[in-house]
Amino acid sequence: MQSSRRNFIKTAGCLTIGFCLGGRPYRGSYPGAAIPADGSVTQPLSAATNFWPGEGDRINSWLEVLADGRIRVLTGKLELGQGIRTAVAQVAAEELDLEMSQVEVTLAETDVTLNEGYTAGSGSIENSAMAIRNAAATARQKLLELAAQKMKVPVTELTMAQGRIGLKNGTPGPGSENGIRGLPFKSESLTFAEVLEGRQLTDEVRLPVNLKPKENRRLVGKAIPREDISHMVAGEPVYVQDLRFPGMVHARVVRPPAYGARLLHFNEQVVKDKIPSLLTTVVNGSFLAVITTDEYQAVQAQQLLRENSQWSDGPALPKVSGEQLADYLISLPVQTQRVAEKGDSTFLAGDTTLSGQATLKARYSKPYIMHGSIGPSCAVALYDENKLHIWTHSQGVYPLRDSLAALLHLPAANIHVKGVPGSGCYGHNGADDVAADAALLAVAYPGKHVRLQWSREDEHSWEPYGSAMVMEAAARLDGSGKISHWKFALWSDTHGTRPGGKANNLLAARYLEKPFTERPSGFSGGAYRNSEPYYSIPNQQVQAHFFDGPLRTSSLRSLGAYANLFAIESFMDELAVKAGKDPYEFRLMHLDDPRAKEVVRKLQSVTQDQAAPHTHTGTGTSTGTHTGKGTGMGMAFSRYENRKAYCAVAARVAVNPQTGMVQVQKMWAVIDAGEVINLDGIKNQTEGSMIQSASWTLLEQVHFDQRHITSRNWDSYPIFRFSQVPEVEVVVLDRPAEEPLGAGEAAQGPAAAAIVNAIYRACGRRVRHLPVAAAKLIG
Amino acid sequence: MATIELRVNGKKHSVQADPATPLLYVLRNQLALNGPKYGCGIQQCGACMVLLDGKATPSCMLPVEAIKNSAIVTLEGLAGPVGSGPTGAGSPLHPVQTAFVEEQAAQCGYCLNGMVLSAVSLLQENPHPDDAAIRAGMQRSLCRCGTQARIIRAVKRAAAGHRSK
Repeated sequence: MQSSRRNFIKTAGCLTIGFCLGGRPYRGSYPGAAIPADGSVTQPLSAATNFWPGEGDRINSWLEVLADGRIRVLTGKLELGQGIRTAVAQVAAEELDLEMSQVEVTLAETDVTLNEGYTAGSGSIENSAMAIRNAAATARQKLLELAAQKMKVPVTELTMAQGRIGLKNGTPGPGSENGIRGLPFKSESLTFAEVLEGRQLTDEVRLPVNLKPKENRRLVGKAIPREDISHMVAGEPVYVQDLRFPGMVHARVVRPPAYGARLLHFNEQVVKDKIPSLLTTVVNGSFLAVITTDEYQAVQAQQLLRENSQWSDGPALPKVSGEQLADYLISLPVQTQRVAEKGDSTFLAGDTTLSGQATLKARYSKPYIMHGSIGPSCAVALYDENKLHIWTHSQGVYPLRDSLAALLHLPAANIHVKGVPGSGCYGHNGADDVAADAALLAVAYPGKHVRLQWSREDEHSWEPYGSAMVMEAAARLDGSGKISHWKFALWSDTHGTRPGGKANNLLAARYLEKPFTERPSGFSGGAYRNSEPYYSIPNQQVQAHFFDGPLRTSSLRSLGAYANLFAIESFMDELAVKAGKDPYEFRLMHLDDPRAKEVVRKLQSVTQDQAAPHTHTGTGTSTGTHTGKGTGMGMAFSRYENRKAYCAVAARVAVNPQTGMVQVQKMWAVIDAGEVINLDGIKNQTEGSMIQSASWTLLEQVHFDQRHITSRNWDSYPIFRFSQVPEVEVVVLDRPAEEPLGAGEAAQGPAAAAIVNAIYRACGRRVRHLPVAAAKLIG
Repeated sequence: MATIELRVNGKKHSVQADPATPLLYVLRNQLALNGPKYGCGIQQCGACMVLLDGKATPSCMLPVEAIKNSAIVTLEGLAGPVGSGPTGAGSPLHPVQTAFVEEQAAQCGYCLNGMVLSAVSLLQENPHPDDAAIRAGMQRSLCRCGTQARIIRAVKRAAAGHRSK
């Protein structure tokens, strides 16, 4: 960090942007629990986080005191609609006894916030918010110590409220620390800024830090409303799409007609003749774009160029659709990785047909699914005086900067990337690609802010999808109905081709005159996320087979966990039927973890007597026979990544016997995400996760023909509309003594399985291939 | 290019535009409004919704020349004539906007424009909609974050406020 900038209080809005630091890797976690809480051993914050030695160790890496006494929190994460802006403000306001309005938040920006890698994997609470909490608690101690010196009184006689420090009143009342209205001071008090006399707090944050006792907390754990919603609802400029700069110009890229197509010829004269506000046409190999002063004319120029350009065909995509896709994918060459082996793993060894010893075996599949952001990706770029500025809704400003440096052959130090919220992304969508497109265009057309808005079709047909997957499960039950042997295999393409500092993962890189041709790659662990059952099974084997599939893929909410849990929790349901057990009882029989058991039991009690209105099909008796009358209840459980939030989901569905159409009537979730930071944040994420997962499960698959993606709008790739959305109910189990855990992805997998398990209870048909095919549920 | 007169949020505007330009682009670029959003450009998602003479109407395919004398209202002008700032900052919120804030009916919020305006339009036609009528009234607007359950609660809250008046 630029310490000179950070060491002094500056007024908001007049900071100059610095350029420094080279490329760095981007992973890590926050194992705060590994540090003894008794303070017998301490270590710098950076040693316990994903930051580089020394970086992130200082209080002012995370928060600054503003001249007016408020504080500014600096998070390396971006607001994606998950409410992280509010959560990080809450933990800081809590430790420093501020009001929420006294905390402003600066989101991810190179050389301004720390390099916190990607805003992904439900890690923002676990990493960024916890670092900010510790920095704020350290700041509290330091501020009190400095004030004590200044006021020549012992620290113990001082207290803090609303950004001021003063002598304790002695009689806490409505104006006490807990109340914060009015000031709790005996006499005069000092603002934080006065205590610091223009300096910033540069002290080291050493863990463990004494945090505010849980019983004194007034913000953390509560449903503190998100302030940004009132700005959004009023139409204030919130999004990267809303940025306007003087003289800003508009661009559109003419994408090829196929992944591998090459530009042969285009008729530039047509756009010159017909587009009055055309500024330039940019062509670099097969990367073709227009820049205009008028946005709608850019749209028209894009269409004109599409009609007046010739492209080579490129390699054909496979001619497969629907369930044939699964057969096709497992026929591809694979690289195999052992994920887990336990006990007697020779079970079914060499038995490729999975016959013989298994009580039950099944194959499941899910198709390619898209992120489907409602607002297509957008970026603004300016190349001026050898500096490139990017405004982006990318989930990782630092890795994007380094990827752009590689793409454009510019020093990373000359690139400034500022995160600005966009439409919800749910993973790696077109955000980085549109930023790279805009960067290429800004370099080609320097001196102006170039705004590039992808079209709906651009986003639908070029974003990196969640990989199609195939899962095979086999298991043996012992005499008591417990699972003795378990075998699970999955087939998947990569779930991780984020930029990661490389040029070749950016879409445009493949089409340049000097292209980056290496197949996009990155984090490989996503495919087998949650492929190990969280159940106690003595003998197990789990394998992951990686193929290079036909479509572009990357990280979509929960990565492989959605498909793996759809399969595992469907299979558990099938096994429960075989064993003649209730689905709740069957899971409880195989769970050792008390927290896991509690979410399952809580779900059971919440959904008791919640079978469809006018029917009497209690969940406790549904041991394998369907309930008739076309409605059914299903449930599923998982612990995300087998180490994060616990979540059990139930669904009630109605299946129309004439049409096979499934209506999800209601979904319930019970979630234990450890210590709750924002109660409504967890509820909102979990409600949304269930609804989104239900849409994936019932409706969604990316279609393609031999040329290219054919799912290019909301008709050819439908998602849930209001008529399809279930009622939702979320119960949050707060664990104030436990580590807080990210909650954004926990329901994604169990929601899918709960729905198909409910369909089985409703009509007796077992859905093993997604999306749910109505035709197979008729009758 | 032609000079086109528009009545937006209670004010008259004279803009220079190709008459075929969809209203969405004129509102966002010529008038610097942020409420209406680009989502699909083909009237499938509702992000670009405006009130046209009080009725929720997608603006992404509507040629600006076709507006004639209709009154256009965006999120910025929903609570009444826009105040001092061009974005309506500081102006009070419409009861439907307030209901959305109170229910925290958003995640990313990109769809909120279409949701709020569809709800206003619905409640004008049917002040006491039941669950099915709310879903039908909101059907054109897509949300990917899965906040529809909250949005339904917000519309019910706004309708209840309506009732008590």
